[in-house]
Amino acid sequence: MIIKLWVNDKKITDEIDGDAILLDFLRDHGCYSVKRGCETSNCGLCTVLMDSKLVLSCSTLVARADGKHVITLEGLQEEAKEFGGFLADQGAEQCGFCSPGLVISVLTMVKELKNPSDREISEYLSGNLCRCSGYMGQLRAIKRYLNQKGAQKNEIS
Amino acid sequence: MRSVNQPVRKKDAMSLVTGQPVYTQDIAPKDCLVVKILRSPYAHALIKEIKTESAMKLSGIECVLTYKDVPDKRFTLAGQTFPEPSPYDRLILDEKVRFIGDAVAIVAGDNEKTVDKALRRIKVKYDILEPILDFRCAKDNEVLIHPEQNWRSLCNVGADNKRNLCASGEEKHGDVDEIIGGCDWIIEQTYHTKANQQVTMETSRTFTYLDETGKLTCVTSTQIPFHVKRILSNALELPESRIRVIKPRIGGGFGAKQTAVTEVYPAIVTVKTGKPALIVYTRRESFIASSPRHENEIKVRIGADKNGIIKGIDMITLSNTGAYGEHGPTTVGLSGHKSLPLYGKVEAYHFRYDVVYTNVMSAGAYRGYGATQGIFALESAVNELAEKMGMDPVQIREINMVREGAVMPAYYGETLNSCALDRCMAKAKEMIGWDEKYPRINLKNGKVRSVGVSMAMQGSGIANVDTAGVLIKVNAAGLYDMKIGATDMGTGCDTILAQIAAECLHCSVDDITVSGVDTDVSPYDSGSYASSTTYVTGNAVVNTCETLVEKIRDKGARQLGCAIEDVEFDGARVYQVDAKESINLKDLTVAVGSDKELSATELFCSPVSPPPFVVGMAEVEIDKETGKIDLIDYVAVVDCGTVINTNLVRLQTEGGIAQGIGMALYEDITYGESGRNFSNSLMQYKIPTRLDVGRIRVGFESSYEPTGPFGAKSIGEVVINTPAPAIANAVFNGVRVKVRELPITAEKIYNGMKQKNI
Ligand code: FES
Ligand code: FES
Repeated sequence: MIIKLWVNDKKITDEIDGDAILLDFLRDHGCYSVKRGCETSNCGLCTVLMDSKLVLSCSTLVARADGKHVITLEGLQEEAKEFGGFLADQGAEQCGFCSPGLVISVLTMVKELKNPSDREISEYLSGNLCRCSGYMGQLRAIKRYLNQKGAQKNEIS
Repeated sequence: MRSVNQPVRKKDAMSLVTGQPVYTQDIAPKDCLVVKILRSPYAHALIKEIKTESAMKLSGIECVLTYKDVPDKRFTLAGQTFPEPSPYDRLILDEKVRFIGDAVAIVAGDNEKTVDKALRRIKVKYDILEPILDFRCAKDNEVLIHPEQNWRSLCNVGADNKRNLCASGEEKHGDVDEIIGGCDWIIEQTYHTKANQQVTMETSRTFTYLDETGKLTCVTSTQIPFHVKRILSNALELPESRIRVIKPRIGGGFGAKQTAVTEVYPAIVTVKTGKPALIVYTRRESFIASSPRHENEIKVRIGADKNGIIKGIDMITLSNTGAYGEHGPTTVGLSGHKSLPLYGKVEAYHFRYDVVYTNVMSAGAYRGYGATQGIFALESAVNELAEKMGMDPVQIREINMVREGAVMPAYYGETLNSCALDRCMAKAKEMIGWDEKYPRINLKNGKVRSVGVSMAMQGSGIANVDTAGVLIKVNAAGLYDMKIGATDMGTGCDTILAQIAAECLHCSVDDITVSGVDTDVSPYDSGSYASSTTYVTGNAVVNTCETLVEKIRDKGARQLGCAIEDVEFDGARVYQVDAKESINLKDLTVAVGSDKELSATELFCSPVSPPPFVVGMAEVEIDKETGKIDLIDYVAVVDCGTVINTNLVRLQTEGGIAQGIGMALYEDITYGESGRNFSNSLMQYKIPTRLDVGRIRVGFESSYEPTGPFGAKSIGEVVINTPAPAIANAVFNGVRVKVRELPITAEKIYNGMKQKNI
């Protein structure tokens, strides 16, 4: 089937199989930030934005993205650098394999949650697994970033 | 210090957090053949017949390989220095399959769909053999897992394939029966730790191709590039000079990639077809055919005098290596060597072990490497001793713990030159509020809050074995290029080693470019495992810098026309101590008429392996109705000697503890009756999410290790060792239930409470 969609604001028209998966499609189109970490929708490594909503690209058919706008970290480089700098300052990217999925989720979270508590942050991001960091450094980075954005007045430890 | 003991950003940090294509699969050529494996449905069987013709006929299929197509020479996939203690018990493909998931055929083709179709078309007939699934029955069983003639053990580790033994041995000091016999208090118990998966977020993956000279080039997510080179050479019967291994950024290791899990498959495809080939393990494959932690059953007998002084320890470890022996003989050693020395007043010990083959997936290396298992057993036994004596478990440790200056018979007779275990204990106690919280506080809602404690140690590299090379040269810009053979797997060693070099060369970390591993270019390094990088490679950096500074001074002195004794180097220039003359490094590098290149390379191998220490304390909340357990707070205080990078050490600690928490509470590879692995996805094998880890708090109490680079010891592994015993202790202190088998589930707690009628 022929589909038409926008990937990072670039219009793409392509012929695809009906069962083609968005994750593979995006990587085939140069979006290597999108990673696969499982086959059971558990890890969050493959998270992208589709019409401004977070989706797991591993369990989304390309066909479902027809006519939609898909954004990956390749299309959010400035924002990724800004928040990523906070991760880097904590050393909270260890292997970094989970970083793209986490970063895109955090960038979306700041828009959706106002002044979130630690618990709300952890719940929002609970689908983003990380095996290296133990999550504490990521939380420190997120809180400092939110603070700078004025989106959280929480105390920072 | 300007660069050491600082929170320096990792050199690759910004490219990782912005999602740059730096991992193996991201940089693989687009025309790679897709490689996949057909796997055995039986735990133990012989292939009677295998038909591949129909699969081969599919258009787009490049090759289908079976045991008939591979060299009949056994090797090991374990990443260890030659001669490897792990037996040579593998073929790339074997006529005999030894666990459900064992490789039966390799298929390579243009695309995934065609390869999947070809896999379904291969017809195999098996002679089904009786499997050994209970590791307690493996030794001297009449069923033999490796009866083959060409099975080989290269080292004297007590291996015997006619007895299903991958290793066996014993060590002792003093007469343990006599010492324990004379003790007032004796504990004798058996503990059971399970196989756990490392679950690196990036599963194992490799691509291979022939370069312009026909050399087999292997780009792979590995901790052991130089060992992979030898393993491929063994497996494919190719000379090592025809093989090159490159490590890009890798998505987590934790020991999983200290075994060459995927490399041989695309390599043989490339050798047979001449074409580039790529294998990417699915999460499922990484759960059923990888290299998890060895399951251990450990019997511990300890004796203490009437004051609680522990006088004797007897430990017997039975370890399950599964179908193949990767890391079997060495992990088991650590269950004793890296637990027994924690107790410094022991007069006699006896440590015995067997490592057995069974028909489950082969075990391998996982952070902690046997120490984790031994420490769970010994620390649990010490907690039971404290309980029996009516002593606070912190107090029994305070009076028994090993101290600086001690000679440790159970630790290769090494002397403990640096140890702040006592300070770690005091600080952990204060951080968690032990005295206020021990043993428990009953809450109004039917729940109870309680605390538990454990100590742990590890090593810093393998003494007299691990070897690291470093090459530093001054480049034309007057800055430094550093080549290392150690593999950064996210742990940040590229940055940490640059910090050490910058400290030695009086420059900034940014002035040092670090290139990761390419076996054609990098100096030799045995690899990043056994907590070796900061200590072993770090020392190689220090030595290389010393040599380089001498060369810089020598060349500077000659340019300035004076003796080397008259000049110093301050990082920017060589200057005469008593005169005004100086020459800066950049000018010196390109000085006309000079014949000496400014570069230095040194190898380092340590005669000792100084242990880092941790004290871990857990606070849990248990529902007395259901046994449901929540981790509220985890405190760890670490002595890793001088901290080189304050951020990365903290992250290593928090991450290791989170993994330890998973191991303590739910991670468990379970098999069904026929040997089927039930833990084959992240649904069945759950790792901690950010909602599960509670709060992890970390503190440091640094000793100074005189043999370490700037006083540093290791950090990577020791941090995973305390959660299981500390949480088990907290459970006991809360509801008086002793859980001696991991993981510590609500069900076990509930059943324990029911028996006790709490
Ligand atoms: S790849 Fe794991 S959730 Fe999508
Ligand atoms: S940093 Fe490695 S998985 Fe998160």
